[in-house]
Amino acid sequence: MGVAIFLICFPLIVAPIMYLIRNDKVRGRVTYVCGAVITAAALCLTVRWCAGGMQVIKAYDPAEWIDHLILAGEIVLAVIVTILCFKYHRGIISLLAIVPTGMITYLELKGPALAEVNAIYVDHLSILMCLIVGIIGVLIVVYAVGYMEGYHEHHTEFVNRKNYFFMVLFLFLGAMFGFVLSSSLLWIDLFWEITSVCSFLLIGYTKTDEAITNSFRALWMNLLGGTALAVGIVYLAYRGGNVSLQYLISLGTAGRVIAIIPIALIAFAALTKAAQLPFSTWLMGAMVAPTPSSALLHSATMVKAGIYMLFRLAPAMPGTTTGMMVSLVGGFTFFMASIMAISQRDAKKVLALSTISNLGLMVACAGVGRPETIWAGIFLMLFHAVSKSLLFQDVGATENATGSRNIEDMHGLMYRLPRLAIFMFVGIAGMYLAPFGMLISKWSALKAAVDNNNIILVLFIAFGSATTGFYWTKWMGKLIAFSHRSGQKESDHMFPEEVLSLTVHAVLMIALCVLLPLISKAYVDPLLVEMFGTYTDVLSTSILIMLVVTICFVFAIPMLSMVYTRNLKMNMKLSYMSGINAGNNKRFIDAMGDKKKIWLVNYYFEDFIQADRMMRYSQIFAAAVLIIMICVVIGGVL
Amino acid sequence: MAKVKKSPWLLHYDGSSCNGCDIETLACLTPVYDAERFGVVNTGDPLQADIFLITGGINTQNRSVVEQLYQQMPRPKVVVAVGTCACTGGIFKDCYNILGGADKVIPVDIYVPGCAARPQAIIDGIIQAVDLFQKRSDEHEQKKKGAANGGHH
Amino acid sequence: MIEKIIGVAAYILLAPLVGGLLDGLDRKISARMQGRVGPPLLQPFYDVRKLFAKQIVGVINSSQAAMLYSYLLLMVFSGCIFFAGNDILMSVFVLSTASLFLYFTAVITGSPYNSIAASRELIQIMTYEPAVILACVGFYMASGTFNVSGIIHSDMVMITRLPGFFIAFVFILTIKMRKSPFDVSTSHHAHQELVKGVTTEMGARNLAIYTIAEWYEVVYLLGFVALFVINQQWWSFVLAAIVILAVYFLEILIDNSAARVKYGAMLKWTWAMTLLAAGVNLLILMLIR
Repeated sequence: MGVAIFLICFPLIVAPIMYLIRNDKVRGRVTYVCGAVITAAALCLTVRWCAGGMQVIKAYDPAEWIDHLILAGEIVLAVIVTILCFKYHRGIISLLAIVPTGMITYLELKGPALAEVNAIYVDHLSILMCLIVGIIGVLIVVYAVGYMEGYHEHHTEFVNRKNYFFMVLFLFLGAMFGFVLSSSLLWIDLFWEITSVCSFLLIGYTKTDEAITNSFRALWMNLLGGTALAVGIVYLAYRGGNVSLQYLISLGTAGRVIAIIPIALIAFAALTKAAQLPFSTWLMGAMVAPTPSSALLHSATMVKAGIYMLFRLAPAMPGTTTGMMVSLVGGFTFFMASIMAISQRDAKKVLALSTISNLGLMVACAGVGRPETIWAGIFLMLFHAVSKSLLFQDVGATENATGSRNIEDMHGLMYRLPRLAIFMFVGIAGMYLAPFGMLISKWSALKAAVDNNNIILVLFIAFGSATTGFYWTKWMGKLIAFSHRSGQKESDHMFPEEVLSLTVHAVLMIALCVLLPLISKAYVDPLLVEMFGTYTDVLSTSILIMLVVTICFVFAIPMLSMVYTRNLKMNMKLSYMSGINAGNNKRFIDAMGDKKKIWLVNYYFEDFIQADRMMRYSQIFAAAVLIIMICVVIGGVL
Repeated sequence: MAKVKKSPWLLHYDGSSCNGCDIETLACLTPVYDAERFGVVNTGDPLQADIFLITGGINTQNRSVVEQLYQQMPRPKVVVAVGTCACTGGIFKDCYNILGGADKVIPVDIYVPGCAARPQAIIDGIIQAVDLFQKRSDEHEQKKKGAANGGHH
Repeated sequence: MIEKIIGVAAYILLAPLVGGLLDGLDRKISARMQGRVGPPLLQPFYDVRKLFAKQIVGVINSSQAAMLYSYLLLMVFSGCIFFAGNDILMSVFVLSTASLFLYFTAVITGSPYNSIAASRELIQIMTYEPAVILACVGFYMASGTFNVSGIIHSDMVMITRLPGFFIAFVFILTIKMRKSPFDVSTSHHAHQELVKGVTTEMGARNLAIYTIAEWYEVVYLLGFVALFVINQQWWSFVLAAIVILAVYFLEILIDNSAARVKYGAMLKWTWAMTLLAAGVNLLILMLIR
């Protein structure tokens, strides 16, 4: 328990120190040390908890001054947001900070006496999140040390505010730990708002007009969710007298009426945080930020906060309107985002849309709220955190090396920058190929959706996995395609931190894939028992065995084929270009006798898909669904 | 010895011609003449072809093309020149851009004269080419075996 | 357990023979439909034999062949999962991984015909995947299990419960078997699309490997079709054989009657058909539960 408090407070204390260190090298060293400390602390917490028998730990009755500190933190945040909103002529957004903070302040000072709550809650799910934040998160921060150096070398037009950048990163880490380890909704509210503000600050890092616009969009959408969260908390406090998250969940599972509105509002807040339709545009706009923030906040951790929340609420979802709303929005987002990803050439936009799409699937799993779907969702979350973080970092490093994020410029990357290309290839494979974890989760989600007669979700998954496969595979094809630039090996200018982080990610991903059956039996099944109270064997032993066999085959076959064909005596012929191959497979002879380079481009269907228009229509549809369902929920209670 | 003559795939290329021989060649695949009953397939891909069926003459622009197509075909291969333009340059022989028949660029094995060559003649030429293909394939196999054994000496 | 081994062994050893015979049947019947005599029934075997006798060729480097061999082996593996009676959804997912290796084979050469055809192949995969997944879902709903052995040992004829799924699946068979009007990425003999589409840079031995992989796939697909009919009764096997041959003949008929369409039309028609046939079937099954 002391470790838990340490995990929360240590990054928060380190953050201002980061700001004060002006020397890059010193700051880099301090970052490694602090990062290592955080990872060690997260592992220590895990080990201690395991040693304690993996029981749920409810601890820490906070003193009153801690509660006041939390409240003060809220008020400070609201003030910062208000000042920045007015500074940039968007004063009206500050309402979304002032109103909820005002409500919470009133609740704490003038509201009813609340039941005593154990503030720290440690169980399987929180430990999992701690590990994700503590390992992946720290790796990304370490990666950022090297990346930001390269970034500012390239982008001399941006002011170097690296100390500020790292301060916000550490602030964010602390807030994430606080978020997943808290049981009190008041604490959760503070940490939630901190993550929103951190995201806002990081998106606006470059201070260009576009960055500022996008950061404020992210701000108001997240604050809107925060407002819903605050209203839900206040409602629960007045009606139930207890602001413990666990209390709310138990009320919801029991079907008590007073739980319906808070759960619906908190689910709504989670949907904004997880960038579901209609709130997806903030995540798209967040791509203007430097890559570490995209990797850390906008794929691996912050958006997972919304998912974490929905997983917590999941046992209360089945059979409710809220559950239906959540699974519908999730499935719809999964499908639409994957279509839009097909039309994107900017690699970061593809990653952003794929994040939104995968989050949609996780959200849908939470909305159905059965053990099988949560099983699928947990693995989706785990694998997504690792592979997406890997991909963002790789794309960032590629952009630093080649100056472009356009997928078409990655044509034949395997021959020019092999290290980067291999990591990218592995990362993309981990996103959707059998037998990687994402695919198993999809398998389980599909089965569970059928079991729960959720026809719309079944259709979304069936069609969505087809479109998902399309945009990933064509990117993979780009990387290995032979091109006229093959043969020019370039330097990838990667800093050792970047290489370390990428390697660890890749190894972790493959290890997770191979260890999936073990993780499922030893960790996720008990997690489901904690959540649902009953034991269900989600994956039968025969499936697990076949999974392991499949993994072995899918890894071994290509490798064996490569070895075999390399030793095969083959006569190389020119590739077929109707006889006008210029002789090196890179150029052809045109009608006038000149040699022309071959340019090969993927299909994006930009005209057909028209991503902007599709986004607008999807937003309208999703917003309509949300509004209708929230009205139904609230109307049903009143 | 593998009986490869049962599956002769041909690559049809037209050099510089009036296309009359091309139409007659394609007629060979139609119901009346039906070359497919001998296993003949008109593949457009030199990498998959055994018999290079060339119509029309060679001009300055297509000589490199014909060379390249011939190089791309895997061994064993046979070349059939169909029509007088492919044999000698035909009616266009004196044009400034025509270099002559196909044998100016690649080694031709079978000549099928005619202007336009009739499908019966073309099929006759293909049958002879198929026999030659079998012969070449046997030689190719002998050479491969010899090379495999030769390494042991 | 012994049945699994027999199933897998039979598939690995017999599928190429059966596939080749079906291929020969295809060419013979097509020829007859066109008023020709056509090649002998065993022609595909002669073709493969000839291909192995030719000089081994490759394009660019050996990676192309490596991808192709991976395609073959993964195709065989996914068929083995199916014929061993295991999870049908898993075998479909492995099959989709195998198809990706065909895509890689084409795209890695950097040749223009290969690359465009590879993109079209991807579009094809995107087109037929929903119908295949939904067919698996249909089997699960009707029999309560994803296991092929479980589906076979049920006591009803699946197709009576799953007519819509069957129609959708037969519809996408046209795509999977590369038949007109949906042979947009590569085509069978006598047709050409983008020269030879994904197989343009495959010569001699590579093409033979590809052809054998196609035979394995055809047997797998027809096995899938048979699954709609086979149950515990002995007569269902006879019925399944009839259905398989009827479906195969239907594909040949469609191939000879229809002209190739643009890939956009292929995608729209197929998804509409999948949504209508399989979607409505799914809805009905869920309602009667």
